[in-house]
Amino acid sequence: MYAFEFEKPATIADAVAALGGEEAQALGGGQTLIPTLKQRLAQPGTLVSLKGIPEMAGICVADDGALAVGGATTHATVAASTEYPGLAGLASHIGDPAVRNRGTIGGSLANNDPAACYPAAALGSGATIKTNTREIAADDYFQGMFTTALEDGEIITEVRFPVPEVSNYQKFVQPASRFALVGVFVAKYADGVRVAVTGASEDGVFRWSEAEAALSANFAPEAIEGLSVDADGMIGDIHGSKAYRAHLVGVMTKRAVAAAS
Amino acid sequence: MPKDSGIGASSKRREDVRFLTGAGNYTDDINVNGQAYVHFLRSDIAHGTINKIDTSAAAAMPGVIKIFTAEDFAAVGGVPCGWQVTDKHGNPMQEPKHPVLAEGKVRYVGEMIAGVVAETAEQARDAAEAIELDIAELPAVVDMKAAVQDGAPKVHDDLPSNLCYDWGFVEENKGAVDEAIANAAHVTTLELVNNRLVANPMEPRVAIGDFARGTGDSTLYTTSQNPHVIRLLMGAFVLGIPEHKLRVIAPDVGGGFGTKIFHYAEEAFVTFAAKAINRAVKWTSSRSEAFISDAHGRDHVTKIDLALDADNNFTAIRTETYANMGAYLSTFAPSVPTWLHGTLMAGNYKTPVIYVNVKAVFTNTVPVDAYRGAGRPEATYQLERLIDKAARELGVDPIALRRQNFVTEFPYETPVAVAYDTGDYNATMDTLEQIADLSGFEARLAESKAKGKLRGLGVNCYIEACGIAPSNLVGQLGARAGLYESATVRVNATGGLVVMTGSHSHGQGHETAFPQVIAEMIGIDESMVEIVHGDTANTPMGMGTYGSRSLAVGGSAMVRATEKIINKTKKIAAHLLEAAEADIELKDGQFSVAGTDKSVAWGDVTLAAYVPHNYPLEDIEPGLEETAFYDPSNFTYPAGAYACEVEVDPDTGKVTIERFSAADDFGNVVNPMIVSGQVHGGIAQGVGQALLEGVVYDENGQLLSASYMDYAMPRADDLPFYAVDHSNGTPCTHNPLGVKGCGEAGAIGSPPAVVNAVVDALQRNGSNVTHIDMPLSPSRVWDAMNS
Repeated sequence: MYAFEFEKPATIADAVAALGGEEAQALGGGQTLIPTLKQRLAQPGTLVSLKGIPEMAGICVADDGALAVGGATTHATVAASTEYPGLAGLASHIGDPAVRNRGTIGGSLANNDPAACYPAAALGSGATIKTNTREIAADDYFQGMFTTALEDGEIITEVRFPVPEVSNYQKFVQPASRFALVGVFVAKYADGVRVAVTGASEDGVFRWSEAEAALSANFAPEAIEGLSVDADGMIGDIHGSKAYRAHLVGVMTKRAVAAAS
Repeated sequence: MPKDSGIGASSKRREDVRFLTGAGNYTDDINVNGQAYVHFLRSDIAHGTINKIDTSAAAAMPGVIKIFTAEDFAAVGGVPCGWQVTDKHGNPMQEPKHPVLAEGKVRYVGEMIAGVVAETAEQARDAAEAIELDIAELPAVVDMKAAVQDGAPKVHDDLPSNLCYDWGFVEENKGAVDEAIANAAHVTTLELVNNRLVANPMEPRVAIGDFARGTGDSTLYTTSQNPHVIRLLMGAFVLGIPEHKLRVIAPDVGGGFGTKIFHYAEEAFVTFAAKAINRAVKWTSSRSEAFISDAHGRDHVTKIDLALDADNNFTAIRTETYANMGAYLSTFAPSVPTWLHGTLMAGNYKTPVIYVNVKAVFTNTVPVDAYRGAGRPEATYQLERLIDKAARELGVDPIALRRQNFVTEFPYETPVAVAYDTGDYNATMDTLEQIADLSGFEARLAESKAKGKLRGLGVNCYIEACGIAPSNLVGQLGARAGLYESATVRVNATGGLVVMTGSHSHGQGHETAFPQVIAEMIGIDESMVEIVHGDTANTPMGMGTYGSRSLAVGGSAMVRATEKIINKTKKIAAHLLEAAEADIELKDGQFSVAGTDKSVAWGDVTLAAYVPHNYPLEDIEPGLEETAFYDPSNFTYPAGAYACEVEVDPDTGKVTIERFSAADDFGNVVNPMIVSGQVHGGIAQGVGQALLEGVVYDENGQLLSASYMDYAMPRADDLPFYAVDHSNGTPCTHNPLGVKGCGEAGAIGSPPAVVNAVVDALQRNGSNVTHIDMPLSPSRVWDAMNS
């Protein structure tokens, strides 16, 4: 990697200030950024670690019953939590133990890898992404592969998840990376069902509205029968064709509904 | 009753103590005082003309000592090829120059263009980025069949075409084979790809060149399976350093799998550069670099025909293979698709006539060479897939069809130039049927069906030629080296032994298994024997470790040297006991006079050899040190039968291995635990090839599977617990230990079992799929099910 300065502020305010510097970049758990630096594919002037900020770490239940997860909370911490089993289950299968004990929810959502797991949970739960300046609805936050509503220097301080009645995440892994080739998060709320798909689309995570409508009417795997996503717009690569991914969206959705608890 | 020491004991691997406690001494652990670091600027273009390399800005960067380009290597040779294949017309193969650094053209992504030597590795890398390159990109050839079409871009402008050789074996049999196929009651044909692999040893390659100005001696520390071979090839053919002025050290090596056999340009570079700048130069490969610079394996495209008579007896086999050489000939590349592949096409079966055609092709890809099994997996895969297809076409049991055609009388001369000394293929199949619980398959099939899964059973046999190799034979076949092995046994005054071997251990457990042999011969504790390997300065000239040869050839050399020691100690003992030498018996470390209670201990005899006060100096020299070279009279022929049971998820195409069983005939076994471990690892790699691994280039020669993000390695949870058995081997008839070799078997025998099982699962479900090319990734299986 190229040489860089390193700062580890203790407050959000200090982190925001540090990120105002020239060519400064936020560092969460580093599970994507550090390998990128090692490959010399990024050259930040300063890395600002967000892992020394107590107000950004940890999990609690908010007054409205939503689960509030600090932006610097590791996947392992979320995996060990009990309030939102579908979310904990998703977090428990991200990467391997080393990744889960370093990687953070804020880092994952800020990066918005099209094959990452957390975007499916955030979008599938209708979560609110809280930053140092504002609150962003998940429906507005994800804007395509590696693209989000975040402005330069904006930090995800918290993610607030409404807890559904039942939920589940089913991931079909890409054999090499074990990222999601297709991952589907299904959450059933009193006012309807949300279905979010990661890994599959050239536009990144998306909601499968047709399935949401069918499942809102009948929350059962059979409700998906006959429904399909359009293979156009799906990712096609050496691990699977567009048609294969489109097919898997249906399979994983059914399995998520069947497994939802 | 299992033994607790000596031959047949599962002695714990003594080397693991240092490996598991972080105390190993790998090449990257070595740092030479004052060493500099090299970073190689590698081509990111698959094919192009180098117009200009401007190093002026880079040379001015901090810490840069010297930047080397092809001009600096004008006076040295190219990286040599160690095997010359003669084509079917009697002409030698096309053999292009393989320069240390690219000369005039780049021919694959990863080829070295310049070496930047600097005070630190980071400074070298920084400066490499500042080199200005002007390379005019040319059309690349990646597909082998396209590469041999008229008008295809030529990888080497000075060669007539991209065809390295067109090999026919046995050319005189071609007419008889064609006729047998034309007249057959049934012909089964299969076209398949043996997928290209990256070996991916846990330890990436490392090389350190050092030069001692005071003596003029060069030293190379390198991650090699055969340091003497590197010394010979690099010293004699590349750099012109005589062997007595060049020392090659390969210390602990973290896995080889074939890809560390070869002499690589990086080794020549660091040795040359160290002398040029009068400082040691170190190179450590990154994992990314390994993908584009370690020789790849396999990569065959094959069409094979099997002819059968009306009674289902095999009457002929004909196979045509395109074998990828990559852009240059790696050390043993030409031998892999020919002599290590064609000679095994008889498999375990008595087929009267066989013809093998191989077209080796240059492409704009990383050089391809031996990878665990080397040619033999390719032979086994096509033959065993083909027999499986034939059985399905004929509606007969695949095991019965195999048994019907087994070779049952030994020795057996195949129609492809090798003679199997011993074996019992029905016995290994009997064992397999038992350990795989084939009689319980139907019940397991029903259980899978109840879960909505498609279960399949795949069975196959394999045979390989190991114990490589009789030197006079391989010399006739084009090898430019002998393939004997050596050992020096040094007995110290107090009775302990140091054995210096030309074999090299990089995971095989030699430091444990070899002492078991010697301790057994003398009747002493294994801990009294120490193995030294990996340093040309203190081991006799040896050919190294590959081809499952270490125990069969290197172990035999050790036995011969130890026999010399025993003969000499008996003479000394006879003198000490005042008895006739013929009456001396050695047992449990004691020399005794037959029929008496007179005896003298091993340690007393060895002490007498070094303190020869009471010693027959008029007849024998003092000291106890003997060397033996062993050149085998034949290959060894390990063989076996493997069974795999899979479940296929019909919704996703995902294959899971539910059971895997291996019944092997390795001849005699020295350490059953180590042998089982070798089989386990081999199966992991074979399953990796069958289900997960595969190199993908795009049409421009860019490597798409260039990291673990896209190249799938087998992980523990991809594999089941195995049932393995090697307890009833038929001893090899021509080496003193009766051993055959076990290192490659698992990787050779397992891919067809997996693919046979998946095809079985699909066909049981009514599919008409007859073949899927490896790796059988979920998407490929789903595509096949839905095509």
